[in-house]
Amino acid sequence: MAGSGSFGISSAPGHYNIGGLELLCDSVKVHNVKVELQNGAEKLTMKDLLGWVRTNLIKERPEMFMKGDTVRPGVLVLVNDCDWELSGQLDTTLEEKDVVVFISTLHGG
Amino acid sequence: MESNASQILHELESLRAAKADIDRRISALEAQLQQVTLQNDAIPNGSYPPISTVGSSHLNGHDHHLTPAMIHRYSRHLLLPSFGVQAQSNLLKSSVLVVGAGGLGSPALLYLAACGVGRLGIVDHDVVELNNMHRQIIHTETFIGRPKVKSAANACRSVNSTVEIVEHHEALRTSNALEIFNKYDVIVDATDNAPSRYMISDCCVLLGKPLVSGAALGLEGQLTVYNYNGGPCYRCLFPTPPPATACQRCADSGVLGVVPGIIGCLQALEAIKIASAIGEPLSGRMLLFNALEARIRIVKIRGRSLQCEACKENATFTQQQFREFDYEKFTQSPLAPSPLKLKLLQADSRISSKEYHERVANGEAHVLVDVRPAHHFKIVSLPKSLNIPLPSLEARFPEITSALKEEEEQKSVGSGSSAQLYVICRRGNDSQRAVQCLHKMGFTSARDIVGGLESWTHDVDANFPTY
Ligand SMILES: [Zn+2]
Repeated sequence: MAGSGSFGISSAPGHYNIGGLELLCDSVKVHNVKVELQNGAEKLTMKDLLGWVRTNLIKERPEMFMKGDTVRPGVLVLVNDCDWELSGQLDTTLEEKDVVVFISTLHGG
Repeated sequence: MESNASQILHELESLRAAKADIDRRISALEAQLQQVTLQNDAIPNGSYPPISTVGSSHLNGHDHHLTPAMIHRYSRHLLLPSFGVQAQSNLLKSSVLVVGAGGLGSPALLYLAACGVGRLGIVDHDVVELNNMHRQIIHTETFIGRPKVKSAANACRSVNSTVEIVEHHEALRTSNALEIFNKYDVIVDATDNAPSRYMISDCCVLLGKPLVSGAALGLEGQLTVYNYNGGPCYRCLFPTPPPATACQRCADSGVLGVVPGIIGCLQALEAIKIASAIGEPLSGRMLLFNALEARIRIVKIRGRSLQCEACKENATFTQQQFREFDYEKFTQSPLAPSPLKLKLLQADSRISSKEYHERVANGEAHVLVDVRPAHHFKIVSLPKSLNIPLPSLEARFPEITSALKEEEEQKSVGSGSSAQLYVICRRGNDSQRAVQCLHKMGFTSARDIVGGLESWTHDVDANFPTY
């Protein structure tokens, strides 16, 4: 999660691309994931995706990624290269093939 | 042999003292010369009047103030249609402060001096060290052990003697930040820690100064402009500090030298754009640089936050509150990061590197476990030490058990006694965590070496490399 992460764009329908989790997920930088919708839900939200990531992708130290039901302080969430603050944060709805990247702010120099 | 060495050391010391004295005198004379040349060139000097007039104070038949020497020096700038006389004149009237003369500050300062900002300030309290040289390219070997501010100022002056270089040889604190920042138009954050970043941003908000913020670690860098033209401040983006465990430092995690170099160059560029009023500064956007993948991405970030404690409309954060704000407590990390020194173990579970050395010399049956990461172990290690990185310690207990057994057989330790178990790491923190874990798992006599390999270099073998 040290930085932008790398990610591939998949053409497969029903998939979302997630980057930036490499420090927490065995160095895998890109995850092309397929997330099933909760029954009754029409669209997947970032809240759903975070829950899914926490359950399925984060192998160790979940506190380095999340706090409560959102990301921990110091992490920027980008949905298609845009700060998720601009699209509704946890309520952001995701479309197929959307790209989500987690950026951990750096302090070094 | 030993008295010989101490004699040499003594002589070195006195020579170094004499050299430092000469250096001081040189700097003083250089400063004096600087003053004289500046007066002759009629460039305003002294202690920070606003840079209002540049070059000769009369208009020389043109509608700008550039002297012939300036026209020659900055000719390639003047030839740029999108930059030209106007932008260069703006630049010459501007003042920029760079906080930190390290990996980011090095190229930023060199370019800012070269391009001809009117006044260039440098804040730093550190000294130049050998392990800075791979990335802090403004410093030269002759300045090792001397203040970075002096070294950087010296380099900037030798690039462009017509720029007023101001040395702030002090750590930036809430007690001096407002006074220092007040004297500059643009602030460049080239520091290396979280509390400084919050402090610098808040100070810029209070004084209404644009902030060019860069960061680099490992093989990645980030860049944005805060508090500019209605854009967000650092706190708008990061209202709550990250946990201290998430703040990695170059001294622990490493950094490829050229990475902060690239970000520092981009910081100079953004500062130049703001100071000369050209182009679109990187406000409301953030540049993310990944060196390994050769990828630069520019993403859109939020605007000013209506809830921001620092910059929201009618924010109540005052200069007085700033002066009293404890940024170290707020971020749970120190302004001047110094290596952590844990004390987790009782004295009888620890041993000094000197005593360990004596025991080895006496042929004591023992096993030394080095719990540093494997890539640290590859840099340097003590003879016959067994590398078991801390995270895999528990899983590899059987290896320790069999190493102890083998040592006992080899040294034919009599029944009733057994081989000793020692643990070492880089600085003596992880080794304590490891011993705690070993104690719990039944290796009750395990002890750690106080101060780790650094103390080995310091107290036993000065030739043992540090990193
Ligand atoms: Zn703000």
